[in-house]
Amino acid sequence: MMQPTTKADPTPGGLWTPDKPLIQLTDVHKSFGAFEVLRGISFDVMKGEVVCIIGPSGSGKSTLIRCINALVPIDAGSIQVEGQEVHDPKLDKLALRRKVGMVFQQYNLFPHRTALQNVMMAPVHVLRQDRDEVEQRAHALLKKVRLSGKENAYPGELSGGQQQRVAIARALAMRPDVMLFDEVTAALDPETVKEVLITIRELVEEGMTCMLVTHEMGFAREIADQVYFTDRGVIVEHGAPDEFFSAPKDERTQAFLSQIL
Amino acid sequence: MTERPSVPFAVLHPYRRPEPRPFRLRLRLIHGVGIAGAVALIGGAAFAQGGTSTRSAFEVILQWSPLLLSGFLFNITISVLAMLLGTIAGIALGLVLIGHNPVTRWTGWVFTQFFRNSPWLVLLFFAMFLIPYEFRVAGTTIPFPDWIKAVIGFSLPVMANVAELVRGAVRSLPSGQWEAAESLAFSRRQTLWMIILPQCVKRMLPPWMNLYSLVTMATVQASIVGVTEMLTLTSQVHAAEGGRPDLLAPLYGFAMLCFFLYCYPIERFTLYLERRFKV
Repeated sequence: MMQPTTKADPTPGGLWTPDKPLIQLTDVHKSFGAFEVLRGISFDVMKGEVVCIIGPSGSGKSTLIRCINALVPIDAGSIQVEGQEVHDPKLDKLALRRKVGMVFQQYNLFPHRTALQNVMMAPVHVLRQDRDEVEQRAHALLKKVRLSGKENAYPGELSGGQQQRVAIARALAMRPDVMLFDEVTAALDPETVKEVLITIRELVEEGMTCMLVTHEMGFAREIADQVYFTDRGVIVEHGAPDEFFSAPKDERTQAFLSQIL
Repeated sequence: MTERPSVPFAVLHPYRRPEPRPFRLRLRLIHGVGIAGAVALIGGAAFAQGGTSTRSAFEVILQWSPLLLSGFLFNITISVLAMLLGTIAGIALGLVLIGHNPVTRWTGWVFTQFFRNSPWLVLLFFAMFLIPYEFRVAGTTIPFPDWIKAVIGFSLPVMANVAELVRGAVRSLPSGQWEAAESLAFSRRQTLWMIILPQCVKRMLPPWMNLYSLVTMATVQASIVGVTEMLTLTSQVHAAEGGRPDLLAPLYGFAMLCFFLYCYPIERFTLYLERRFKV
């Protein structure tokens, strides 16, 4: 598949400006076969905002976050990232994925490449940036996620938490405008969860726009600007974290939170 | 036995996969017995016939061994070339099998199944009788001797099997690898060549070597279609020695021994790689 490299104006309706939502979902529907995973989801994420999505297993959280960088095509509705429509057959995926970084639950590092190479691969081969410049940046990124000295380690030689931090550095190497985190601590040992959360918090403090699907309620409460609770493909309730966690309004949210907390 | 303090409860130790042992060709008693048996077969049969006018089987084999071994070398040449050709074609076919185009994928699938499920000898016959013995290209004649046709004949099942290996190895990789590559904006082609296939090589190597071993042993079938390889030569040597029945077992035993000594280390090495790569 050839990716067009010319940057056409991604916004038919005029240029995106930072005062508009960075991510805008409008009535998003998605089915897998007869099973409707997303049944009309709408919300906005502003630049610099941190949004946490929580909810029971199978409520469509992961699917939702995967739709945003077009890993999963949606059936109906609209997703705009900086004004670029994702639900469009002529979507310029390269342009979209430069803007959106993603970190997965299972890390998904490339096991045949070292940590440094994992971070460098996409900028060098996809963006065709200068190798030396990328290497310097990759060193800096690994330092930022506190993995200096592990540059030449293969993923198999790293702990889960270390692998996940390499994965974060790898996504950051593309200089995205927004980071998506899909249950990034769910596969980790309790001791290593913290080191990954610290890394994410540092990103947030630098002003990175983030969307997290998470089961770490304490972390969500501490870090989020908005918390969304999804169940059976719809957003049941959302709000600022303090209000959301201390006084949930909907019964399903109350039931869910009482089970978790 | 190390002393362990007895505890009143069960302790579940984490499973540790044993470290792969370094590769060594371990010749144990059983191997010695096997080789000794083969020698005894040769020598014993010779001894039984050890008249004054007839030479022992040992002498016969010794005398003809340069010829027989040159035949064996030919078998190896055929197997290596068939493997080379079949692997290149097989990787190409395997990429078709995992492609997105349903028409080419279906055609490739039929192709693969046909050559995977045909007897090798039948494919060999096809190659022998359907490929002309020479080609004329722009005035020059390119001869196509029997042995090259045999190489092509053997490369067909190799191709189909390698294609299946490629397809299986690609399918066996976690889908997260594709997703991660996609989210980093790699194109499908880049993903395949830089991320997926390099990881497949490791998975494919042991079964690929197994296949090679099978091809080597199958090359003797070329004698049926008239290629002068080791088995053909063995039967000619036997005829030249007057067709003595007592030479039959030692001569063919020698051929068997040659193949065994060639294929057995490959087999051991394959097992070692399987342990090492943890597949």
